[in-house]
Amino acid sequence: MRLDIACGRLPETALELNFADAHPGLSPEQAALEADRCFYCYDAPCVEACPTDIDIPRFIKAIASDNLAGASRTILQSNILGGSCARVCPTEILCEQKCVHTEIEAHHAVRIGALQRFATDWQMQQKTHPFQRAASTGKRVAVVGAGPAGLACAHRLAMHGHDVTIFDRHDAPGGLNQYGVAAYKLADNFAQREIEFLMEIGGIAFQGNATLGENITLAGLRETYDGVFLGLGLAGVRALGLESEFAEGVLDAVDFIETLRSRNLSEVVVGRRVVVIGGGNTAVDAAVQAKRLGAEEVTLVYRRGAEHMSATEVEREWAQTNGVTVRFWASPSQLNVEDGAIRSITFIRGTPDGRYDPQNAFTLAADMVLKAIGQIFVPDPVRNDQILVENGRIVVNETGRTSMPGVYAGGDCTAGEDLTVAAVRDGRNAAEALHDELMASNMERANHNG
Amino acid sequence: MADLRTVFAGIKSPNPFWLASAPPTDKEYNVRRAFQAGWGGVVWKTLGEDPPVVNLSSRYGALGFEGRRLIGLNNIELISDRPLATNIAEIKRVKREFPDRALIVSLMVPCEEDKWKAILPIVEETGADGIELNFGCPHGMSERNMGAAVGQVPEYVEMVTRWCKQNTRMPVIVKLTPNVTNILMPARAARAGGADAVSLINTIQSVIGVDLDAMAPMPVVGGKGTHGGYCGPAVKPIALRMIGEIARDPIMAGIPISGIGGISNWRDSAEFLAMGSGSLQVCTAAMHYGFRIVEDMIDGLSNWMDQKGYERLEDLTGRAVSQFVPWNQLNMKFKTLANIDQDACVGCGLCYIACEDTSHQAISKKNTSDRRHYEVIEEECVGCNLCAHVCPVDDCITMVPQPVDGELTWPHHPSNPNCIPA
Repeated sequence: MRLDIACGRLPETALELNFADAHPGLSPEQAALEADRCFYCYDAPCVEACPTDIDIPRFIKAIASDNLAGASRTILQSNILGGSCARVCPTEILCEQKCVHTEIEAHHAVRIGALQRFATDWQMQQKTHPFQRAASTGKRVAVVGAGPAGLACAHRLAMHGHDVTIFDRHDAPGGLNQYGVAAYKLADNFAQREIEFLMEIGGIAFQGNATLGENITLAGLRETYDGVFLGLGLAGVRALGLESEFAEGVLDAVDFIETLRSRNLSEVVVGRRVVVIGGGNTAVDAAVQAKRLGAEEVTLVYRRGAEHMSATEVEREWAQTNGVTVRFWASPSQLNVEDGAIRSITFIRGTPDGRYDPQNAFTLAADMVLKAIGQIFVPDPVRNDQILVENGRIVVNETGRTSMPGVYAGGDCTAGEDLTVAAVRDGRNAAEALHDELMASNMERANHNG
Repeated sequence: MADLRTVFAGIKSPNPFWLASAPPTDKEYNVRRAFQAGWGGVVWKTLGEDPPVVNLSSRYGALGFEGRRLIGLNNIELISDRPLATNIAEIKRVKREFPDRALIVSLMVPCEEDKWKAILPIVEETGADGIELNFGCPHGMSERNMGAAVGQVPEYVEMVTRWCKQNTRMPVIVKLTPNVTNILMPARAARAGGADAVSLINTIQSVIGVDLDAMAPMPVVGGKGTHGGYCGPAVKPIALRMIGEIARDPIMAGIPISGIGGISNWRDSAEFLAMGSGSLQVCTAAMHYGFRIVEDMIDGLSNWMDQKGYERLEDLTGRAVSQFVPWNQLNMKFKTLANIDQDACVGCGLCYIACEDTSHQAISKKNTSDRRHYEVIEEECVGCNLCAHVCPVDDCITMVPQPVDGELTWPHHPSNPNCIPA
């Protein structure tokens, strides 16, 4: 029997529907009703829960008063990627979890994410960019990595009048927004549209197919530029550590998603029976998208319990309502391969006390196994630069500065929550710190010359 | 079940809920539907002389607040724009068909005795239970020296009331305009003229809003706007005050008052009754939701009266009047303090910022990582109630009256330069 992996399992119309916006935006009426629910808390807990400190009550009040320019500006001045964050943020563990409405009734938070999307969508339909670039400082900054951290950093630097070049190994900018998030979360080419919007500030150039440690080096960038920001993300994936891990049909979930995001959906192959291993958002995104591509059976297997998953409850339920079978307390023990291709995968069952019993095993037939057990930072590109790396991440101080003068870093390649919104905060804060540094050096020079 | 039967200035109705003279009572079709829905009475939309007035297109402007529609409504509609004979025929038919309901006819004709003398027998012939003199309409008609133009001049009120009393056996209710500085003046004039009852408030002169594109007051009629008459839930406090002032006035003592002004539910109704109303007139709430709203008004009032042990409306009417006193008679020794129920608190901080920015800095804030904690600083609290009002959670902040040591009113207060010695 041949391995059952194929593309075009569903007609194009079905694929289009399956990968359309999973949660379409609010209508003006819906937004007005929802905005009026907000109590306009003082010292609001939701703001504290937002890594980018968006003044949530203020922007919601602005929506309620039909001041959409003010609402979107309030969001975007804290978080220039407020549009994609509105779509991908796990608000249920951030702002909405802290909404005081949940104290009155669980799960009845004001829909902050949906309102944020409403306001930012409005802004993106306007012809004007809400921010103005300051007079050119003549300073040049290199940003490595065109993901959320790098983009946020670049925008803030450009706004302050610096000239920024963003380098990225891909040919298009966007990072995880473009290549790593489920398509239906950022439908209608949103990642690229948002980048176009962001670039309207001016002073930002993008250079694709530029890989740090290959065709560009940190040393080289430091020579050419006045400052560097590293938003490298996590280039590596964890391995299962099992035999035959590279058999046909065994893929990294991130590669599967990247392929899906880069090609026509009808050209993306998927197995008939897919097993996804992992408990995070990548695992959920891979499982649901496999299902929506037309896989018959998709099973997500996690080695621990529901409460340990890094994917939120909302994400897990999303997988389940999409027909993904979720199994807990099972650890993969063997990839069963025939003729170089995966046939099935064997798991051993575990118990909440953390013991896995090799005698208690089960096997799932699989045409495709997607590994989503975690991504890791690969320090190789900066290894020769003696930049301090600890616990597998680049070390930065509270402003995002690395151990190397003039070099900042943020996003997933540094410690902290691996969230888009946290990456945006890192990029923005590093930009502010780098700006201060560049301006201080200007002052010094001016003083020196004077 | 509490007995809601009402006898108001001799007019009987199965419950105190009447539809006020307004668009909902403009014609037989509506009134029939209202009676079928359970309304105790209607005041038929104001009849005038023939030829009837002409109404405009676009008649209402509305005030909303934070997502709720129609907390206030303003209208520029005039009195009935149908021929007198049509109205009269319909009134007669409806009254015959619903003999148990109160049917009062609102009237407005020019300030000439002959005009009033002429219309009264026509109305009387319908079998209507009473008339209400529209001395309140503050727009359009007042510019023709009718409506509020009469109601604002006590001498006219008295004169016209007297004409009516002399020329009909029907009970005469005088509807008062709130567009005066002292409601007692026209009220007393009505009584002097022999009025059997007063009803209030009529609408308040208003500009409900400005259309910022047309740059004209709303509702915009062909590019321009005019002032209208304001009603709806937002005017309730104004109505309660004026009703209370009449109810406690020794000269007005005992006169039946038909309460009008933003009554939207049974609780409003109970408040109007407590402040001295003997019957209740409703308009905006019906215009907002339809006649069915009377169901909960009847049911809710009755249930609440049962709970409180009020058997009849008379047990309730005027119950709060003796406690409605001038400021001078309030006990200055009374003190109440805010208390925050920490279990009910959701941590929104609205009480804190309201007190901090605009009151007495009497709420302290302690934020911990997972909880916001607000506490009343009793030494600073003046018992103003603001925190309790801004709190979005019912009964989270309550005002706790403190033990009172005797009574001291302003006339006897040592700080009063005109202090009356004890």
